[in-house]
Amino acid sequence: MAAVKETVDRVKAIDVDAYKYGFVTDIESEKAPKGLNEDIVRFISAKKNEPEWLTEWRLDAFRRWLTMEEPTWARVDYPRIDYQDLYYYSAPKSMDDGPKSLDEVDPELLRTYEKLGIPLREQEILAGVQTSKVAVDAVFDSVSVATTFRAELAKAGVIFCPISEAVHSHPELVKKYLGSVVPVTDNYFATLNSAVFSDGSFVYIPPGVRCPMELSTYFRINERNTGQFERTLIIADAGSYVSYLEGCTAPQRDENQLHAAVVELVTHEDAEIKYSTVQNWYPGDAEGKGGIYNFVTKRGDCRGDRSKISWTQVETGSAITWKYPSCILRGEASRGEFYSIAISNGRQQVDSGTKMIHLGKNTTSRIISKGISAGKSNNTYRGQVSAHRKATGARNFTNCDSLLIGHDCGAHTVPYIESKNASAVFEHEATTSKISEDQLFYCTQRGLSEEEATALIVNGFVRDVLQQLPMEFAVEAQKLIAISLEGSVG
Amino acid sequence: MLEVKNLHVSVGGRKILDGLNLTVKDGEVAAIMGPNGTGKSTLSYVIAGREDYEVEEGEVLLDGVNILEMDATERANAGVFLAFQYPLEIPGVATMTFLKAALNAQARARGQGELQTPDFMKKVREAAGKLGVGQDMLKRPLNVGFSGGEKKRMEILQMALLQPKIGILDETDSGLDIDALRIVADGVNALRAKDRSFLVITHYQRLLDYIKPDTVHVMAKGKIARTGGPELALELEKSGYAAFTGEAA
Ligand SMILES: Nc1ncnc2c1ncn2[C@@H]1O[C@H](COP(=O)(O)OP(=O)(O)O)[C@@H](O)[C@H]1O
Ligand SMILES: [Mg+2]
Repeated sequence: MAAVKETVDRVKAIDVDAYKYGFVTDIESEKAPKGLNEDIVRFISAKKNEPEWLTEWRLDAFRRWLTMEEPTWARVDYPRIDYQDLYYYSAPKSMDDGPKSLDEVDPELLRTYEKLGIPLREQEILAGVQTSKVAVDAVFDSVSVATTFRAELAKAGVIFCPISEAVHSHPELVKKYLGSVVPVTDNYFATLNSAVFSDGSFVYIPPGVRCPMELSTYFRINERNTGQFERTLIIADAGSYVSYLEGCTAPQRDENQLHAAVVELVTHEDAEIKYSTVQNWYPGDAEGKGGIYNFVTKRGDCRGDRSKISWTQVETGSAITWKYPSCILRGEASRGEFYSIAISNGRQQVDSGTKMIHLGKNTTSRIISKGISAGKSNNTYRGQVSAHRKATGARNFTNCDSLLIGHDCGAHTVPYIESKNASAVFEHEATTSKISEDQLFYCTQRGLSEEEATALIVNGFVRDVLQQLPMEFAVEAQKLIAISLEGSVG
Repeated sequence: MLEVKNLHVSVGGRKILDGLNLTVKDGEVAAIMGPNGTGKSTLSYVIAGREDYEVEEGEVLLDGVNILEMDATERANAGVFLAFQYPLEIPGVATMTFLKAALNAQARARGQGELQTPDFMKKVREAAGKLGVGQDMLKRPLNVGFSGGEKKRMEILQMALLQPKIGILDETDSGLDIDALRIVADGVNALRAKDRSFLVITHYQRLLDYIKPDTVHVMAKGKIARTGGPELALELEKSGYAAFTGEAA
């Protein structure tokens, strides 16, 4: 299996603990003063030249945030975050006037993305650097630095641009949908995001259009002590389809960095959004020093009948992950899917899962979660499935498997099931297993090294979910899995 | 050539092998027979390098090299193959994928180039055909949901592809009906070669009607109690192991 060999070679090529994306880009940046108050919120809004309604929207969120408490129900443990000790806005200086085209993008930034394996120059992509075309929006700290293939997408009527730009170019859409899936007061981190969100992607697919290529956003935190608060909004109008991928990395730093994003998806009648994430934020070192706190609110609203939202996530990074991509199944016969691979190693803590809220008739949902814990990590699946009074014929299938590697890690499954409609059928399966010594011996007896054997067994364990990812990303994810499990055997 | 010299092994503080000596020459097929629980599987695991066995004394030499110093991977790459009594299931890993990973790992270890996918597929299909292993089985996850007989045939298929120096068959005949037994035996016989030896562990003489051994060893109480030719197996079939275990028949 070429992929496995490649994986293992990659693992061998790097030192233990070497987080490949851990380099820092040396670039001058402009920051808002440290701390958070109304002036900072206004500063961010002014930087983006926002209309008054949005400034007020942010301020309203900020005032509400002041009255809220940080949640403590998740099975994660971290020292209190001092929100006054963070920067809430950072932008590469050269971006001050905003790049008009890729030629104006700081070459240092382009090199950063090249190092990350994300080609931003369209001609490189066209020249076959990548097998299929993927339009990329690259977000560096608080701003979007480049969006590719916009002209080609525009031909199909697809809007794909930084949300800061959409506020000006398509204010009616932003105004209509922003905060309509994740309300401003949804939760502590979402409210904080609403107040200080910096940038992120905006996607609109017009009725009946099948987006001609994969869309992708690449998030990169570079600055020290800087929170990243991106905001993504994707709207699939009636009968349209889009597949969207999000990737994330950050430099290796000793202090923890905060990432509190909000993603809102809306599907109208017969529309479909497939949203995939490969999350590889810096996880901290083996002793648990440093790493990203990833507190993310992702929610999709299947507004139209027969619409569909599918979340696929491969979570290998972050010191702490607090993330529950969810679906509100409002339209009749709408469908929600959640496919997840969550890997924790070292001292990582993962509390992740999904919510499937069945509101409409004959709505269906499917949850496949694969948790892999190694080292001294803790991995919790938290899932909620509920059926509203009117959700006649609602069905859910949940399959939740945990795999333990070693003896010092933990796996937990916390399902919440709630049905107010007697006709709803919810099925739940859960297993916990270990990679057995016998399996490892069997593989090594055939000539595989222990690392190769572990990678093979783990890839087998997550196969159902990997198959959900777009091809190019499945290969990348497979490599990431092996790299993040490095040092977990022997 | 495989030489086991004065091997003492215990597991969990209990002595299982107690000064075992055994030589299998190049090209030789040696059978080991013995009652249940006497340590036959233990011997095969210790040769193949499974952990958790405490080797207190002795040597295992493959062509003069003490392989007890090597880990399981290195031994496999040196040409030790064990057909498991209970083959393991590897969920989610297609059989074809597994075979390729194993074949490539061994090719790399020996400094040979990896096979190109078309050549590899051709090779597997050919070998699989001879053992009655169908295309659909090659696509399924390794050993998952395979019948007992299918698992055993899969072990022989792996041995055929990996071309070991020494093939150890641990009760490969158990759970096989007579047709499957014949297929498996034919598979093994086809692999017999001047520079390849076999250690055929079995409980019953039946298998030895199909795989004709050069030598037969009787194992009891952690030692080789008697060594003879094929006629020894027939004798055991009649008289049982009582004479060796010291228990009444
Ligand atoms: N891992 C183990 N822990 C404890 N006892 C074991 C273990 N493996 C084997 N044994 C014991 O060692 C003895 C020999 O077992 P085995 O080698 O499987 O015999 P055979 O293959 O000849 O039937 C048996 O009594 C068995 O219970
Ligand atoms: Mg046995």
